Amino acid sequence: MDRSSRKAWLYLLPAAALLAVFLVYPVIDVLIYSFEEGFNFASQSYWGTGWYNYSYVLHDPYFLQAVQNTFVLVIITVPVSTGLALAISAALASIRPLRNLYQTIYFLPYVTNTLAVGLVFMVLFQKTEYTDGLVNLMLRWFGAGPIDFINGPHWAKMFVLCFYTIWVVMPFKILVLTGALASVNPDYYKAARVDGTSRTRIFFRITLPMIAPMLVYLVITGFIGAFKAYSDAVALFGTDLNAAGMNTIVGYVYDMLYGDSGGYPSYASAAAIILFVIVLTITCINLLISRRVSEGGVHIQ
Amino acid sequence: MNIKLVGLTKRFPARGKGTSGEVTAVDSLSFTVPDGKLVGLLGPSGCGKSTTLNMICGLETPTAGQIFFGEEDVTAAPPELRGVGMVFQNYALYPHLTVLQNITFPLENLKGDKKLSKAEMRRRAVETARLVQIEDLLDRKPRELSGGQQQRVAIARALVKTPRVLLLDEPLSNLDARLRLQTREEICKIQRATGITTIFVTHDQEEAMSISDHIVVMKNGVLMQQGEPQQVYDDPANLFVAKFLGTPPINVFDAAVKGGKLYLKGADAPVLDVPGVPDGPVWAGIRPEGFVPDGTGPVACALSRVEVLGRDVSIVCTHPACQADTIRAIIPSRNLVNAADPTVHFALKPDKVFLFDKADERRLPFALSGARR
Amino acid sequence: MTHTEFEARRKAAGRKSGFLKALTYLALSIWAVVVLFPFYWMVLTSVKSYSAYNSEYVPSFFTLSPTLDNYRQAFTAVPLGGYLLNTLIFAVITTAVMVVVSTLAAYAFARLRFRGRDFVFGLFLSMMMIPNELVVITNFVTITNLDMRNSFPGLILPSITSVFYIYLLKENFEQVPEELYKAAKVDGTSDLKYLWKVMVPICRPTIVTITILKLIECWNSYVWPRLITDDQAYFLVSNGIQQIREEGFGRENVPAMMAAVVVISVPLVLLFLAFRNKIMEGASRGGLKG
Repeated sequence: MDRSSRKAWLYLLPAAALLAVFLVYPVIDVLIYSFEEGFNFASQSYWGTGWYNYSYVLHDPYFLQAVQNTFVLVIITVPVSTGLALAISAALASIRPLRNLYQTIYFLPYVTNTLAVGLVFMVLFQKTEYTDGLVNLMLRWFGAGPIDFINGPHWAKMFVLCFYTIWVVMPFKILVLTGALASVNPDYYKAARVDGTSRTRIFFRITLPMIAPMLVYLVITGFIGAFKAYSDAVALFGTDLNAAGMNTIVGYVYDMLYGDSGGYPSYASAAAIILFVIVLTITCINLLISRRVSEGGVHIQ
Repeated sequence: MNIKLVGLTKRFPARGKGTSGEVTAVDSLSFTVPDGKLVGLLGPSGCGKSTTLNMICGLETPTAGQIFFGEEDVTAAPPELRGVGMVFQNYALYPHLTVLQNITFPLENLKGDKKLSKAEMRRRAVETARLVQIEDLLDRKPRELSGGQQQRVAIARALVKTPRVLLLDEPLSNLDARLRLQTREEICKIQRATGITTIFVTHDQEEAMSISDHIVVMKNGVLMQQGEPQQVYDDPANLFVAKFLGTPPINVFDAAVKGGKLYLKGADAPVLDVPGVPDGPVWAGIRPEGFVPDGTGPVACALSRVEVLGRDVSIVCTHPACQADTIRAIIPSRNLVNAADPTVHFALKPDKVFLFDKADERRLPFALSGARR
Repeated sequence: MTHTEFEARRKAAGRKSGFLKALTYLALSIWAVVVLFPFYWMVLTSVKSYSAYNSEYVPSFFTLSPTLDNYRQAFTAVPLGGYLLNTLIFAVITTAVMVVVSTLAAYAFARLRFRGRDFVFGLFLSMMMIPNELVVITNFVTITNLDMRNSFPGLILPSITSVFYIYLLKENFEQVPEELYKAAKVDGTSDLKYLWKVMVPICRPTIVTITILKLIECWNSYVWPRLITDDQAYFLVSNGIQQIREEGFGRENVPAMMAAVVVISVPLVLLFLAFRNKIMEGASRGGLKG
């Protein structure tokens, strides 16, 4: 190796070493863990290899509950937050005064501590013996009965989780979409106006196709992010998510690793790999669909 | 159908922080575009010509004044009810639509009794595509086309709804020099073929002169002069128009008129008889082709070099009264000038010399002795 | 159509667009309220006295007798100051080391020539796909085996590297004209000096951006610290607040908990207001959440 090569490797060394120890090795290791049956953390021994860990996880009611919760969360929050962000960004693009102020406000949740602000949502939605909470107060204005969103029925808890998740992910989506809308050349809109194109048609025939790549990007990152939901749930329902019936897949992984279930790294690894496979599959399907749509778009008149 | 602008004015709120008040982009502009003509709206950038075009097509609402298409007052009409087709400087072709879809786009907006069937839309689009010779490209996307082809698609899209008026904003500025020549002839041909009243905006005087039936020269939102290109060139109304038209540009001298004779500054001998012009300082503009080499001519210039251009010869020289660093004279052949001589003497063609008031730069006409004009 | 008809049409269109505009502002304001209200509520609750809060069966939207008692309570009942200090130490060290390590690596990829550079960079890029959830398990075991639980090295080491920031910096470094590098080489400038005196100053905006983004990320990190610390002396704010909520005064004293939430949130909000454009620009280039 010549001198300059050696120097280059020296510059790379810190990053490469850290990545090797804390990123590359763990990925391989987690695969191995997931196939080591009956791993004992104290003695660092195991009694066999095979699919038992996967089988255990897939039959664990807590895991199935977590998978169900995660899927519900994904299916609700991704379309709602993306659609809402699109509507808000389009509205922002159509105004001039106060636009900056609105943008700044909308971005605030991005820089807040998810755990801390989640507690505010908990307080807002919670019903205790002292108070019904603010949300229930407002529900009463519409004649709806008090519901405990934090310790009550499952659907109510799911609603709060979705609401908070959307609140947290909106800033990024609004930011990206406002940028995408601003980058559309205004001449396209002028050309459309000369031809008497209606607002709706301009939006669906010009604006939407032009920002489609960014929408696809948002949907894919949105899916990935929502599948990894965890700290939002902890903020609302506490660390014992299994007891609340609100666990997510990531939460299950961590619980298996540490916490109330006590260390089972093999089960955690199997669950993490199942999550990874799910996310990978969904992302591939997303990419395929978006490619199909963008190619198919040619033939839609 | 002719287009008539009456006292058209557009004021914008001043941009930038700390500034208040308004900027007048177009100031009581009045002119008439004759029916079926190709008209060049000409001026340096920022002169308000694009704003004028936008008001004609309805994208901007005038602050004051009126716009007539024929007898109809369209000042308040929305763009789609004016029957205008517009070609944008960067063509504004929708990148996600094919050429055919781009051309049919305006037709799909038609509503009510004007609504067209799919087959009819296609028929019209193909017909228009044939007119601009892009019928082979209908299934391509805009990014797969050359600049010239994109330009034609943009023109086809503007023409497909058979507009009463065709508007082109700097149609040639995005093309390279060779395509520019070709495309401007193409625009000329399409306009002749359709007979649609056409207005195009340009900052390139050569472009405007070469294809327009009629040119309108603007500066700072104010109309400077309008007329047929040759007429405007031969008879500029003011110093700005004289300087703006013509390549090489007109040579401007600091001069004075005394007793009906023109004196260049710093010279004792008169250079030209200018009967009818009152005494006083003037700007004297002399076209490059207005110089005639003459050993006894009254204008003596220091010769810098002689450039042989083939058919013509360009003589580059200097004169203390000239406002530019060098004077360019174009003469038909070179045998009258010896490149080794330090000085060259010129006589002047009276019809190529224009005098302008020093204060307001207006043209000061003088009677010509000959009967050339 | 006549001029008057056009005028009437335009007026009608103007009225319609005015109405639409009003509707737009209304909708935007509603979302602004949804965003801001939790912040208002947390500040409001944090200044309500304990007794006043608990006697409000119907929560009131304002208070006439604000008190700072809750803040005193938040800092004395639990080591909130300690949590803040821990988080600050953790965020600053992690970010500083991250910037240095990433800058060196990005420089190697952007400027230095060595065999297999593109291949190694491809490897780096492919690591962006590895989700944190996969590696956390082994890292937990590694750190435990190294006996680094409940220590700053244990907190910091796995949090340092970010492939994405290396990528961002490399892209930025490559925009610096190669001629500058050649000129510096001709003048006999060392690589390290060139990096420090030329590249870093030119690319400072990007470095500032990734610094801020990393600080935010560190301030909000929850999962790793939760796994690796169970000693309160090493808690970061996220874990601290969770602890307060589940085992501390948060169970009954909501105003004090809200005071703690305000204390945790304020530094980030201030950071955001100070570097609004940088943060928004950086976030749009590579988001952390969402």
